[in-house]
Formats: sequence, C-alpha cells, structure tokens
Amino acid sequence: MNTTPDVLRILPEVILTITGVLIMVIEPSLPAGANRKSMGWLATVGVVAALGASLYQYQLPPGTGFFGFVQTDAFSAFFHVVICGIVLASMLIALDSIGGPTGDLGEYFALLCFGAVGMLLMTSAVELLLVFIGLEISSISTYILAGFRRKSARGPEAALKYFLLGSFATAFFLYGIALVFGATGTTAVYTIAPQLGSSQMPLLAIAGLGMILIGIGFKVSAVPFQVWTPDVYEGAPSPVVALMSTAPKVAAFAVLLRVLYGALPALHTRWVPIVWWLSVLSMTFGNLGALRQKSVKRMLAYSSIAHAGYILAAFTALSPDGVAAASFYTFSYAAMNVGIFAVVSHAGGFDDRLTLIEDYRGLAYRSPLLGAAMAFFLISLIGIPFTGGFFGKFYVFSSTLHAGFVWLTVIGLINSGIAAFYYLRLATAVYSKAPETSPADSVPRPAMSLLFALLLTVAATLILGIVPGRILDMARAGAGTYSSVNPAADANTANR
Amino acid sequence: MLTNSILTITTFVPTAGAVVVALLPRKGRIIQWWTLLVALATFVLTLHLPAHFTYGQQGFQFEQNYSWINHPAIHYHLGVDGLSMWLVVLSGFLSVIGVLASWNAIERRTKEFYFLFLIQQTSIIGVFVALDMFLYYGFWELSLVPMAILIAMFGSERGPKTALKFFSYTFIPSALFLVAILWMYAKTGTFDFVEMQRSLTTNVSLFSPQALWWVTLAFLVAFAVKVPVFPLHGWLSDTIYEAPIAMAMVVAGKLGLYSIIRYVLGLFPAQARIFGPLMIALAVIGILYGAGVALAQTDVRRLVSYAMLSALSFATLGIFSFSVSGLDGAVYQTLNEGISGSAILILVAFLHERYGTYEMKQYGGLAARLPNMATFYVITALSLGGLPILNGFVGEFLVLSGTFAQHWRWTFFATLGVILSAAYLLWMIQRIFYRPQSSMVINSAAPDILGREYAALVPIVILMFCMGVFSPYWIHAIDDGVAGLADRSAQATHIITNPVLAEKR
Repeated sequence: MNTTPDVLRILPEVILTITGVLIMVIEPSLPAGANRKSMGWLATVGVVAALGASLYQYQLPPGTGFFGFVQTDAFSAFFHVVICGIVLASMLIALDSIGGPTGDLGEYFALLCFGAVGMLLMTSAVELLLVFIGLEISSISTYILAGFRRKSARGPEAALKYFLLGSFATAFFLYGIALVFGATGTTAVYTIAPQLGSSQMPLLAIAGLGMILIGIGFKVSAVPFQVWTPDVYEGAPSPVVALMSTAPKVAAFAVLLRVLYGALPALHTRWVPIVWWLSVLSMTFGNLGALRQKSVKRMLAYSSIAHAGYILAAFTALSPDGVAAASFYTFSYAAMNVGIFAVVSHAGGFDDRLTLIEDYRGLAYRSPLLGAAMAFFLISLIGIPFTGGFFGKFYVFSSTLHAGFVWLTVIGLINSGIAAFYYLRLATAVYSKAPETSPADSVPRPAMSLLFALLLTVAATLILGIVPGRILDMARAGAGTYSSVNPAADANTANR
Repeated sequence: MLTNSILTITTFVPTAGAVVVALLPRKGRIIQWWTLLVALATFVLTLHLPAHFTYGQQGFQFEQNYSWINHPAIHYHLGVDGLSMWLVVLSGFLSVIGVLASWNAIERRTKEFYFLFLIQQTSIIGVFVALDMFLYYGFWELSLVPMAILIAMFGSERGPKTALKFFSYTFIPSALFLVAILWMYAKTGTFDFVEMQRSLTTNVSLFSPQALWWVTLAFLVAFAVKVPVFPLHGWLSDTIYEAPIAMAMVVAGKLGLYSIIRYVLGLFPAQARIFGPLMIALAVIGILYGAGVALAQTDVRRLVSYAMLSALSFATLGIFSFSVSGLDGAVYQTLNEGISGSAILILVAFLHERYGTYEMKQYGGLAARLPNMATFYVITALSLGGLPILNGFVGEFLVLSGTFAQHWRWTFFATLGVILSAAYLLWMIQRIFYRPQSSMVINSAAPDILGREYAALVPIVILMFCMGVFSPYWIHAIDDGVAGLADRSAQATHIITNPVLAEKR
C-alpha cells in the first residue's frame, strides 16, 4: 500500500541538511578575507529547493514513512511551505543587513538550515519522540542565532535567557510525553487516541496534557509563559528575530494541533477551557504590554504574544474550520511579521541602530519604499481588510463564534481594536514630519536581497487578504486529515 | 456590457489610477493632472448610473454577483438602488472637487497624497455599492487608513495624535460590528445582504429578540460614530481641523448615514424602532448642541466642524422618523451636506491660503476686497442655513415634516436648530466680510477667486440651485429606495400611525 520511498517523506529535510553540511565544509576552505555572502546564496538555493520539495510532497499520496515516524499529508505540507517561506525570507533579510565580510557568515546560514530541518520535522513527525528531537534541533540552532551579536552586551544575555527558559520548556514537553506514554503505552500520535479510551490511568494523561501545553506555551510565548519574549527579541539581531518570532512558533502550533486534535481529542473537555484562558490572557496581556513600549522590537514582541493568543483562540473551535483557521493565521502572521522585521532589520541594521518608535519618525521621507512597506505591514497587523492579517482574524473569530464562544470572540476583536492603537502610533511616526536630524537619516539603500524579501512578504500578505481561496483550500485539506473534528463536536460546545 | 460591470469599473478605476500615481515621477504637476483625469473619469462613470436607472423598480440594479471565497461563503456582490445611486454620483463629483481643492494646498509629498486620495475614493464608492457584508466591511475599514495617514502627514504638530483619535474612535466600535456580522453569518450562513434580509424575515424563529437587540446595537454604534451622532462626535472637530480639505470633505456624514439606513433599517426594522426614540432625542440634542457650540467659536474652521455636526443630526432625525418623507429628507440632507459642507470647507481653505489664519477676529471688511469670494460665502451659508430655492431647504423641510407627525415636541426643538444655524452662519459672514476692514485685511493684498477655484466652486453652486429647485428629480430615485424600508419598518411593529406614510400609499 505504501509504495512511496521513505526518503521522499523527508525530502525537504534531507535537502536542507545537505545544504547546511555543504556550507560547513566549503566555508573554511574559502580564503580568510573573502566575502562569505556566497554562503548565504547557497543556503537560499537550498531553501528554495526544500520549498519545491514541500510542494511536491503536497502532491504525493498521504502516508507514513520510517516505521510510522513521519507522515506527509496536506497538513504537514502546508506547514512545510510556510516554514520554508519564512526561512527563505529571513535568509534574504540577513543577506541585506549583515554588512561587509564577516567570518561567522557560514555558521549563520548553516544554523539557519539546521534549524529549519528541526522545525520541518516537527510538523511532519507523528511520533512524539521525533517531535521532541525536531524541537531540540530547532531550539539549539535558534539559541545560538539569538546570541549572534557577541560583542554587544544584550546579545549573550538574550541567548542565555532564551536558552535557559527554552530548555526548561522542552523538559516540560518531554515529561509530558513520558506521562502520556505512561497512560497509553505509546508515543505514536495516532495510536494514542484509541489507547486513551481504554486507558486505566486517565489522570496521567491529563497531567501529560498539562505538561505538553506548558512546553508548547513557552515556545509560542503564550501568557503566562511569555516572560522571555521581549528581552530576547530586543537582544537578538533583527534578522534572527524575523525568523524566531515566526518559524519556531508556526512549527510549535503545528505540533499543538497534532497533539490536541490528533492524539488527545478525547480530552477536549479538559483542554478547551485551558486553551480558552491561554488565548484570552495572551491577547490581553500582549496588547496591554505593547501599548506601553517605546522600543519597536519590544512592541513587536508583545504584539507577537497577542497574535499567539489569536491563533490559540481558533484551537477552541473543535471544527475543521478551527484547525484551518489556526493554520491560515500562522501563515498570514508569518508573512506580515517577517515583512515588518525585514524593514526593521534594514532600517536598524544587524546591530540595531534604530530602537525607539521615535527613531522611525520621518522614515517614509528618507526612504519612501521602506516607509510604505512598514505602513503596509502595520496595516495588516492591525487587521485592515484586504490584507492577510484581516482575513486571518476574520476566519479565526468566525470559527470561534460558530462554535458558540461569543465572549472569546468579543474579547478577541476588542483586543484587535486596542492593538490598532500601538501599531498606528508607529505608522503615524513613520509618516509624520521628521525632526531636523533624524536617526532615520542613516538608513542605507536596500540591497536586492531585501527587495526580494519584501516582494515575497508583501505579495503573500496581499494574496492571503484578497484571493485566499487556494491557500484556504490547502489549510482546509490539512484540517481534513483530522478525523477527530466533525460536526458532532460542534454541538458539544455550542452551549458554552 | 458596460451596464453589467459598471460598478466594478467605477469602484476600481481610482485604485488603478493610484497604482499609476505610485509609478509617476515627482515632477511638475504630472501627478495632479493625472489624478484629476482619473477623478473626472470616475465621475463620468458614476453618471452612467442615473442615465440607465430604471425608476419604480424594487431591488438592486446594475448587480454583479460572483463567488469570491468558497468557504466561508463570501461573494463579490455589488449593486445600487435608489438609496445609494445618488451617493455614488456624489462621491464621484466630490473626488473631482477634491482634486481641484488640493491643487495648490498640497505641494509637497504629492505622490503619497494622491495615491491615498484615490484609494480613499475606491473605499468610499465601495461602501455604497457593496452588498456582501464581508466586502462592505472591507471597504468600510479600508476607508480609515488613507484618512489616518494623511491626517498624520499633513496635520499640524497634533496631526499624529488626531489621526490616532480618529482611527480608534471608528475602529473599536467596528470590532464589535464585526462580531455582529460574524454572528449573523453563524446564524444565516451567508454574508449576502439580500439573503440575510430574506433570512431575517422568513426564519424569525432563528433569532432571539435579545440577541438581535445586541446585534443592532453593535451595527448602530459603529455607524453612529462615523456620522457622528451626538455623544460619539469627539473625533469630528479635530479631524476636520487637521485633515487636508479634500479628506475633511468626505470624512463625516454619508458613509455612516447610508449604512444606518441600509443595514440598521434594512435588516432590523423592529429593533431600529426600539432605538428610535433614543436616536431622535440624540439627533435633536446634536442639532442644538452643534449649533450652540458653533455660535461660540472664534475659529472659522472649528465653527464649520460643529455646523456639520448640527446639519448631520438633521439627517439622523429624518432616518428615525421611519416615514418616507423623513427618510427622503435624510438622504437628501446627506447629499446636501456633502455638497454644501464641501463648499464651505473649500471656501474656508481658500481664505486660509490667502491670509494664513482661521481666526475670525483677524478678519473684517473683506467684502470690499474680495467681492466674489463674499458672494460664494453668502450663497453657501444660505444653502447650509436652509433658505428656500437652495438645496438645504428641501432636506430640512422633508425631515421636519416627516418627523412632525409623531414627535412634534422634538421637531419643535429641531426647528430651533434651523434658526440657530442661520444665526451662526450669518454672524460668521458678518465677522469676516462686513465689519470695518481689519489691519490684516488692509495690510495684506490677496487675489479674489482665481480660475481654478472657480472650477471647483461654480459647479457646486449650480448644483445647490438645481437641487433646490428641481428636487423631484432626485427624490424620485430616493423614494424607490426608501419606500420599502419605511413599509418594512411600519409592518415590523404593526403601527401605522404616520399620516405621511398613509398619504404616500
């Protein structure tokens, strides 16, 4: 029945591993003073190939490989495409903002490739232990990348914070797996669900569920597990933040969907209220925190917490629409967030010359293109129609309301109204009259690679907002892989 | 062929024009001329509608309805009826006037300005023609963005703050409005206005009255902010003050008033009845409050902003009379406000371009220096004040006569507003034009109305007279649009006590 060679099930991961290893091998052989940007372009080619391989996997008949450890289906292919797109854009951004020949460039791009391998594995793994390995691969790469500005005091601090709290979270996740194993005797996602029904120890499974939620909560920076986010984003180089504010979260959300909808749907009466609260707290604290920030990157960090809350809201719907909406939102969040960090990376450079909102005053007159791009992404983050940000929110809250969660919907949309305030403050700063000498004056001309990154993210944001049909179909096909979500589940929650 | 896709073309010609603006060089007046051309083309296209409109026909015309997104079921559904047709034409007309009014006022950053100006045109026309709630909401929200950015760009030091205020005032109620739309979708399975309306009338049992009350409230508040209706007007004065003239012309009034009539009365006639007395009271308070505050102003632009609040409250009053003549008057008053309000804003801006101040204290005796300017001011003031044979009279008369039957006490107070409006307008004219010449007027020479300025003002003045004298021409179409609404609203509560309605039937 399963005639597809196993290697095709992990083709994108294989391609990226080879690319990363190649970079590690070639880079030391280059002469000391040589420009190492070619390594970046090599990595870019690798990611484009991986993107192609992911689209190819979407065409493959769904199925498992390697003794049921990985499964490619519409769901995994959707997240593969999103993650490859993010990694591609963040490489292009890094190529633009890392100026001059730097000795570390090879490692930088190799780590990006390895990190991507981990994240991709997380989305296609259907064995919790493999999920854990993917999580570790991706986390270790991003810990190192977060501390890439070794000379700045903030860099190592950010890396250390991220590392300590991150490893703590992975430990929770692993413990959760162990408890679920204790309850069901298996760690394979799709055999947990039937085992759970006959489990003698439901309490163990519930404890395991709690641990897993804590672990993933850290990774997606949901409140109350968000404390690391602003500091790490502020200290890490902006091109790295473009990646780590999106890709690992997208992967973690994919894992959460697999675990909750694939493995533990029977416990939905337990996890729906928990996720409800995580969502409400994340939205509210994220937005209220962002309102008070003066630093752009800290503001965007809090904004990412709020967006995690919007995505979590869709988890409560228990319907194919809910899964599709969560998937879709991760895509549109990734497009606009990577986009805005492309602007921030270029304007501030690798070592953050512009930090405060005030510093961005008059950016639109210094560089009309960057100003317009920034305003555009902010508009999408606010959730103005005809952008991906709006359609994502629209779809998420349509699914929650359909499931009967009126209050969650009201809180979510009021939150998005509050959020408009701080996004717009930055947008109006970009377009208001610049002071005599503005820090924005030092913004250099964008390189070709940045233009590509902007083109990619702007196009994605517009397509997701105006003609989302095909991507919605993909997301819905992905949601369709979960037999646990059915119209009957809707009726259970409609009373809430 | 053209009739099939006229609405799409009209809506998106400005967007296409905006894309071209983004590519044009910043040299000379290329961008201005191009935008003027686009605006003229848009206006001519909107005139296609009255030329091919079928009178006496219920329902929408020039419809286009395609599936846009399969799931959720969103359609690209456009159409106009008698209610929206003239508003579309008005938008086309004002976009031309807006370009002419900005010709000299906007000298720097023309590319940003005209790009956003044209996007704004699309969003405004889109609001009037969209018949799918998703699409409608899209245009509705989109219209905030160019406005906010332009206020931040061209306002004074307080520009960015005003932009934030304007945006939050409208955006937060819109969030609850979106909840209400999503709720309606969850219940009816459609975003289509026509189908939603059908579902609301045929499957009454689906909807609990209490839930509908909340939904109506969410709709009503979102629209009332945009009108604005009395306690929600906090953004208006600053926005009118800081926005570029072409933007201030379109920021208030028509979008909100149209939406109240189309969606609140159209979808929830019974609930609208429940809110009726409250809205009538707020409208009358708004009329008197606006007029009173306008009387107290020394700054002419602020005066105009409060005069607008007062004039727009007349339209709100007419809507919630639920009578055909009240609704006719409300729509007519919306058109008037678009025309005469724009005229007075443009005139105030021309004065500011010449003397650099809005303080009426500094003016005086200008009539001798700028006789043509004075003429335009007087005509516009009389139009705003509701003098017969000018457009303002028709609207106010219809509103007051439509309201009188049911709410004669409130109507009495509203009539006081008409008197007050004459007072502050004539006093404004007196202070600027007819006192002894002030030192500023004596010391600084300024030209009278110039060629380009005539181009903006003369069409408006002609229109004021035409709309005052040949009002049946416009009312004819509006009647078709609102008669059904008044009927539905009357049936909704089985109270037909309105003699005007009875007479019309």
